[in-house]
Amino acid sequence: MKYFALIWSNLRRKKVRTTLTIGSFAVALFLYGLLAAIQTAFNQGVEVAGVDRLVVRNKVSLIMPLPVSYRERMLQIPGVKAVTYATWFGGYYQDPKNFFPQFAVYKETWLKIYPEFKVPRGEWEAFLQDREGCIVGRKTAERFGWKIGDRVPLVASIFGGVWEFNIRGIYDAARSEDDTTQFWFRSDYLEERRAWGKGMVGWYVVQVADPNEAARVAEAIDGRFANSPWETSAESEKAFAAGFVKQVGNIQLLILVIGGVVFFTLLLVTGNAMAMAVRERTAELAVLKTIGFTDASVLWLVLGESVAYALQGGVLGLAAVKLFTLRGDPTGGLLPVFYLSPGKMALGLALTVAVGVVSGIIPALLAMRLKIVEALRRV
Amino acid sequence: MVRLDDNGDALIRVRNLDKTYRRGGQDVHVLQGLNLCVDEGDFVAFMGPSGSGKTTLLNLLGGLDLPTAGSITVAGDEITRLSGPKLANWRARHVGFIFQMYNLLPVLTAFQNVELPLMLTRLTKPQRRRHVETALALVGLGDRTDYYPRQLSGGQEQRVAIARAIVADPTFLLCDEPTGDLDRRSADEVLALLSALSSRYGKTVLMVTHDPRAAERAEVVLHMEKGALVEGTTSGPERSGPASKPAER
Ligand SMILES: Nc1ncnc2c1ncn2[C@@H]1O[C@H](COP(=O)(O)OP(=O)(O)OP(=O)(O)O)[C@@H](O)[C@H]1O
Ligand SMILES: [Mg+2]
Repeated sequence: MKYFALIWSNLRRKKVRTTLTIGSFAVALFLYGLLAAIQTAFNQGVEVAGVDRLVVRNKVSLIMPLPVSYRERMLQIPGVKAVTYATWFGGYYQDPKNFFPQFAVYKETWLKIYPEFKVPRGEWEAFLQDREGCIVGRKTAERFGWKIGDRVPLVASIFGGVWEFNIRGIYDAARSEDDTTQFWFRSDYLEERRAWGKGMVGWYVVQVADPNEAARVAEAIDGRFANSPWETSAESEKAFAAGFVKQVGNIQLLILVIGGVVFFTLLLVTGNAMAMAVRERTAELAVLKTIGFTDASVLWLVLGESVAYALQGGVLGLAAVKLFTLRGDPTGGLLPVFYLSPGKMALGLALTVAVGVVSGIIPALLAMRLKIVEALRRV
Repeated sequence: MVRLDDNGDALIRVRNLDKTYRRGGQDVHVLQGLNLCVDEGDFVAFMGPSGSGKTTLLNLLGGLDLPTAGSITVAGDEITRLSGPKLANWRARHVGFIFQMYNLLPVLTAFQNVELPLMLTRLTKPQRRRHVETALALVGLGDRTDYYPRQLSGGQEQRVAIARAIVADPTFLLCDEPTGDLDRRSADEVLALLSALSSRYGKTVLMVTHDPRAAERAEVVLHMEKGALVEGTTSGPERSGPASKPAER
């Protein structure tokens, strides 16, 4: 673009103002990136939920268990393809602050139902052979420096005592949004050692033969156990995850409000900077028009300038926040997935350009409508 | 030759030009029935008391503003019928402006300032460079291409402005008190340059000035009076055509 040099020269005119404006964009986009990553973290369960999976929990509450015998009975319901279950262990390693989720899982079907988790065949075989074995997600293994063959003690805050496990494998995930902080061990080991609650499991995960039938199958499951001492609540994994997010609070709304306020402020800051820039430059804009620049090209010059501010700051902020997220979860385990997706970055960039355009449009229109003769007289 | 009556082949033909401003509910008749013809290559000076409408006339001639009535024809184009982008394109091709306050862009170097009008042409970058360098050399500033306006003296700034005005080879130059802000020496340099452009390169130059010494450089001096023009002294060898009376309304 021919006018680039002109726009560029104008940006360098007031160094302090330019720096501050670009800085505002950088800060805003950094914040945007953080919020987007946090939102992804909270919603990752929703986003990665399998369409063919149902979560079946105790109707009263998620923390109430269900009998282990339900597995057989669910398998008889038409449309159910496979059933697995898990129980929340709630232990910690060394320090209660070192949070990561541990599940006692039904080893026969767990991986079949969660194909997005990848465990090398040999490691899985070793896990099946060792009653005290466990499989750890890549992130958690790296976090504590665990290797295959290590024996790790977990303090069991729910079941009591210190439990030791042998790391038999490390799992990876197919997508970067997938959670690789989990720790799985065998439900038969839990069953053997637990002092209370024997014969119960935390929740079931049901794979349906046809995702379109998921709602009907969920209804059939709940119907099957209605009026029993342990009634169930079956729902799609997506709905389950969304409900889980809701329990945490309306994070989504909070993020939207914060983000909205930040961008609105940005709009005011840039709009003001551009309005000042145009006001100071009345005579120069008139000169450009005198020389033969059309009203439209003057409009583009001003818009180009405000978008140039926006892009520089936006790219800076997004690059910084991307680097920040690459360093991993800053909260020490609360956000199992802390990741800024390319899609979210593109959205950030689009928002940046939009703010650049919107904040520049009024000054640009003023510049466009500027009457040469009057502007020159005011000099 | 400059004439105040009509002449079919003149470069610039102004016919019955009226310009009325409305101020505080009252009409201010700045130009009234003004007629003028300027031939190619003429160097004309306009003088007159402050507020007599000299700048207004120049703005109309340069297509910066539109008259209330009357017409201006330049090289066959009736510019008073043009507007918006058409008028802007016409200005880019035909007019070079020189102002009292130089009006260079402070963030651009001398070179970039002079290059501005060429941005509106199809010239390639190397072609633009050649034109800019020629223009700056012509005004004697070939060694100041990378200077910013604030690093130049007033006279040098005005010469950069002249280079900018001529770089795209316009049909005519409009100068509004080009020496009004300069000391005697710089003013003389600028005037010498304008005369040279007229005499050596055959440029048509129309200049408003308050300075009689500046007006002496012109071939024709016209006086603004009550919104119309009357002929003054000419320094040319002959005076052609009787001065028309201002058309009263
Ligand atoms: N936009 C406008 N609105 C109202 N009146 C105007 C406007 N522009 C010019 N005028 C009036 O028109 C008259 C002529 O102004 P103009 O600037 O053409 O005079 P001038 O001959 O160039 O004066 P000077 O020698 O001081 O530059 C003045 O009385 C001025 O106040
Ligand atoms: Mg004037």
